[in-house]
Amino acid sequence: MNTHLSSWMRKGTPWVWLNAGAVAISIVMVIGLLLLLTVRGMSHFWPRDVMQANYAPPSTSGELLSTQVIGEFVESEMVLASQIASSGIPVDESQGLYERQLVKLGNRDLTGADFTWILSDFVKDVEYPENVVALERREWGNFYAHLIDVKESGNAIAFSGGTEAAQQSRWDDFNKRLARALEIHEEIYAIEKQEIGQINYGMERLRLRERRLQLDEEDTPEALAEIEAARSQLAAEYDVLQQELIHLYETINRDTAVFMAANQQQKEIRFADIVRAYQPNKLSLFAKVLTYFSKLGEFMMDEPREANTEGGIFPAIFGTVMMVMLMSVFVTPFGVVAAVYLREYARQGFVTRAIRIAVNNLAGVPSIVYGVFGLGFFIYIIGAEVDQLFYPEALPAPTFGTPGLLWASLTLALLTVPVVIVATEEGLARIPRSVREGSLALGATKFETLWRVVLPMASPAMMTGLILAVARAAGEVAPLMLVGVVKLAPSLPLDGNYPYLHLEQKFMHLGFHIYDVGFQSPNIEAARPLVFATALLLVIVIAALNLAAVALRNHLREKYKALDV
Amino acid sequence: MSNSTNEQVQETPPPARKIDVSAVLGDKTRAAKDEVSCIDIENLNLFYAKDKQALIDINLTIPKQRVTAFIGPSGCGKSSLLRCFNRMNDLVDDCVIEGAVLLDGSNIYQKSVDVADLRRRVGMVFQKPNPFPKSIYENVAYGLRIQGINSKRVLDEAVEKSLKAAALWDEVKDRLNDSALGMSGGQQQRLVIARTIAVEPEVLLLDEPASALDPISTLKIEELINELKSDYTIVIVTHNMQQAARVSDFTAFMYMGNMVEFDATDTIFTNPSQKQTEDYITGRYG
Repeated sequence: MNTHLSSWMRKGTPWVWLNAGAVAISIVMVIGLLLLLTVRGMSHFWPRDVMQANYAPPSTSGELLSTQVIGEFVESEMVLASQIASSGIPVDESQGLYERQLVKLGNRDLTGADFTWILSDFVKDVEYPENVVALERREWGNFYAHLIDVKESGNAIAFSGGTEAAQQSRWDDFNKRLARALEIHEEIYAIEKQEIGQINYGMERLRLRERRLQLDEEDTPEALAEIEAARSQLAAEYDVLQQELIHLYETINRDTAVFMAANQQQKEIRFADIVRAYQPNKLSLFAKVLTYFSKLGEFMMDEPREANTEGGIFPAIFGTVMMVMLMSVFVTPFGVVAAVYLREYARQGFVTRAIRIAVNNLAGVPSIVYGVFGLGFFIYIIGAEVDQLFYPEALPAPTFGTPGLLWASLTLALLTVPVVIVATEEGLARIPRSVREGSLALGATKFETLWRVVLPMASPAMMTGLILAVARAAGEVAPLMLVGVVKLAPSLPLDGNYPYLHLEQKFMHLGFHIYDVGFQSPNIEAARPLVFATALLLVIVIAALNLAAVALRNHLREKYKALDV
Repeated sequence: MSNSTNEQVQETPPPARKIDVSAVLGDKTRAAKDEVSCIDIENLNLFYAKDKQALIDINLTIPKQRVTAFIGPSGCGKSSLLRCFNRMNDLVDDCVIEGAVLLDGSNIYQKSVDVADLRRRVGMVFQKPNPFPKSIYENVAYGLRIQGINSKRVLDEAVEKSLKAAALWDEVKDRLNDSALGMSGGQQQRLVIARTIAVEPEVLLLDEPASALDPISTLKIEELINELKSDYTIVIVTHNMQQAARVSDFTAFMYMGNMVEFDATDTIFTNPSQKQTEDYITGRYG
């Protein structure tokens, strides 16, 4: 037995098990993380059945106050009876535990709260009425109710009545009108966001040009007249659009729908305010899947609504990717050039050793410190200087002297440059001496050797550095809050207005979005699943960026694979 | 007409000196009286560190358009001497060189010498094949591109000519755009030779060019050396004495940083004047 054990030890079996165990635990944790994010985040978009029930909890006065509840079941949990009793509901404390359910009621404009907890024991007459409608609105969140009438210009359409057929034709009519309203809304959106946005942008540029001329004392009457002409042309265009908008708003506000919400409350809702409507209890599985993907698509491709708790997060995805790409553009040349000097040109000795140690230590500086540095140096010093020199016409409003995309990218580039330097240096050190000598022996100078042979061969190592840099930069939030990220950016940093890429603009970021939705939201329960969904999306975005870089690196590796030494 | 005369005047090399080798090497040599000198080494000392002298007072003349072999035990300084001819030792930190190396009569260690240009004139092939991770074509064209030649026609011609000269053309003419790293070791080494002769050097330095190759590839390299010697001055370092005997016209035996004996290869291998040389050749030490 003893010899068996000792030979088992000697063969290293426990060691192998230990190693395999560590790997297994890591894998389980990663998969667990992704699974948690997926389940909690992605289930949010599933169109759940809407229940209708009567809820009559006991009250201190003894009488039963019965209320009607219409909403989506979210989750349930067990609570101590004493805890419930102390919150003012006189339950039987001898029962010990009570089950309570979280229900999403929606109808915030009627009830004041989106969510409510109800005790399962006092819920009666639970049913899932086929005709209950779930609405997603542009304001005030979801709405759950029965459709009772559709109005055009304030006049009821003759679909009233409770028969099956009447309800069906009412619902069909409702959908037709909703489709029309959505179409008009799209037009309004295009005009407001793009065309009027363009005019405003043009106006602003004209104003700056005029101011510039005044500052340079070149404001001749001709120049001013030219600006005035351009301005009046824009104003004329604006008036046309304005008329069009007024007309569109009239058209879209023509129709309203009347709903009967819980507890017989009637509510008239304009079609203009509705984003999506469906009858969840009637939907087949296939229709539910369709609705699910339509909601998911909205989440990924649309702009946020209602303090980021509804709608999509496209600007945040776009901002994240944009910032990471800009950061890569800054960090790669800078890091590579620094590494080339350190490894190839600088005399190896005490100074280079000290610099290397300093560079390595830079990687360990807390990221918020970089944020403070970016704010203090890039924005307050460089940005202010740039404004003085190049944008005096906009002052006192800062152009670059305020947090923005450029400074955020530069700050992150600074944060990640040690990684690129270290990786590139290692790559350069791995290029065999024989290849360098081969090039030198052909009459190439050191620079030509570096440029034509060594750097291409070291490019996979540079990509490795870039991959690490991207992984770190995409996940940073703390420094960004100081140098350019905002809760809600009015426009994307890349658009159709000259000069197309607006480096001075503030932008949205997935990481900050998570923080904002999770901690700053007025509607915690509604925001929670979005936190998970956004986190999952952030992981996916980072993984996609990394995979792209890895693919590029593997391609380079194949091309410049080192000689078998 | 007048142009050509001008050029002639400019291109006239320094008068070829008939070497009195015995004057340079004292009585260590009795050969090469009729040869034209290509490289003259005068009182060359090389230190890798203060107290580490790798070459001690070397005096030697490498004859033009002949194959000269350096033999000797490991660490005797053969490669160090070879790397003095194209100033490859400049790359080694703390390496100090005293004395002179004259290429066609002018000292290559003068301050005014352009090292890159010198290395173009004195090509070098290393022990291990070191092709660049580029296509076969680009490997051969590399040296020309460095010189700023980018005309496709000129490059095509030079690549074909060099590959033919290196006896590689027939093997690779259909895959010039494949990576050079996919070739066999022997092919890679011949590619490196082609790459070196593409820039038309005057001298070819071969640092144990066949030591990493199999016997068949070695044979091909040796045949190649034989063909190239009519156009180039070749200096070869080798561990393999049969190889030295097969390919070289002159042989230098080095030991512990000293030039022990330099003579016609036949003389060295049949009738060496120094006891050390004889001991080494007959395998008594080294």
